[in-house]
Amino acid sequence: MATEAQGESGGGLEFHPMDQFIVSPLFGDGGVAWYTITNATLWMALAVAAVFALLVMGTAQRQIIPTRMQSVAELAYGFIYKMVEDICGKDGVKYFPYIMTLFMFIVFSNFLGLLPMAFTPTSHIAVTAVMAFAVFIAVTVLGFVKNGAGFLGLFWVSSAPLPLRPVLALIEVISYFVRPVSHSIRLAGNMMAGHAVIKVFAGFAAIAAIAPLSVVAITAMYGLEVLVSFIQAYVFTILTCVYLKDALHPHH
Amino acid sequence: MATDTHSSAGDGVAAASAPGMPQLDFSTFGNQIFWLVLALIAIYLVLSRMALPRIGAVLAERQGTITNDIAKAEDLNKRAKEAEAAYEQALADARTEAQRIIAETKVGIKQDLDAAIAKADAEIAAKSADAEKAIAEIRAGAMDAVRDVATDTVGEIVTAMGGKADPADLAAAVQARMKG
Repeated sequence: MATEAQGESGGGLEFHPMDQFIVSPLFGDGGVAWYTITNATLWMALAVAAVFALLVMGTAQRQIIPTRMQSVAELAYGFIYKMVEDICGKDGVKYFPYIMTLFMFIVFSNFLGLLPMAFTPTSHIAVTAVMAFAVFIAVTVLGFVKNGAGFLGLFWVSSAPLPLRPVLALIEVISYFVRPVSHSIRLAGNMMAGHAVIKVFAGFAAIAAIAPLSVVAITAMYGLEVLVSFIQAYVFTILTCVYLKDALHPHH
Repeated sequence: MATDTHSSAGDGVAAASAPGMPQLDFSTFGNQIFWLVLALIAIYLVLSRMALPRIGAVLAERQGTITNDIAKAEDLNKRAKEAEAAYEQALADARTEAQRIIAETKVGIKQDLDAAIAKADAEIAAKSADAEKAIAEIRAGAMDAVRDVATDTVGEIVTAMGGKADPADLAAAVQARMKG
């Protein structure tokens, strides 16, 4: 943007906070076709490998008294399972694997993205939007399949006074369709902003006088980002559960 | 980082068309979506086929073990309580029995004692009666002896003074004197 242009011309300070998000091919220098193996591919594959390592290899011994890895895997399992059960109820438990998939992918993408020089798939709106729209479409279809036209009762607030209901229904419909947008932009925006800010601080480190402050700021931001990485994964998952609950029990 | 910068410069055409935000570079969307779907399917298969059933089984097994252990512990606890109750009962029984025996023995001893005391009293009474009788006899004997001696002494005195006394008069006189 503007700062970038300035940095290019100024020569001394170079800010490229957005360069870390560029999707580029791993091998060769060609364009990015849909099948090209890119850095996005690499880091998604690493996320899959990490999920496999934690949840499959970590639990391979099936011990009654768990090892550390197995304990973490069980913790993740229990965390999401309880969330699904608490929010969606007993009949939501059969969708637990899907929600667990989303959570594990996001949480590992976020954390792997915190490694220096890493690429963060979840900082891309393309990725988060696919997941959010998948949730949105699945939940909408599920709502109509399970409840038929009764699913529309979600928009008809029967506890409100009758004259207000059409207005509320309109607002409810709008908020319903905004869901996937906010759902996806929240995650991508959080990841992108944090990484970009760290990169901006890193750019300032080129000036010797500011460098110590810059390092402290990067450290602090990094700590915050570790927190945000988990919290955003949690938020995405819990919102998915809430939407799923609306589909299963549409009545307020 | 330098190579990164250069490669971004190489992609300069795309970067220029999407000003600054690689997220809005639509030419990479297909690629990302393709690999994302692949990654999600891979994770889903790994989770639903391997990881989740296994973890669920481990958790269930642990829960079962814990429940069994707790049940066993409760059973043992109950048995210990029963044993304690039985012991307490036995102790209480023994104590009552001992009390009873003590009471019985006390009554028996008291009876024996009373009987012995009564017998001893009777014996003492009999003996003291005998002794009184003997004392009375002795006392009576002593009076007779005194009278005899007195009569003899009076007779001797009368004889010594030259008198002559009839023994029957003497005895009557002594008798009369002793009464007065």
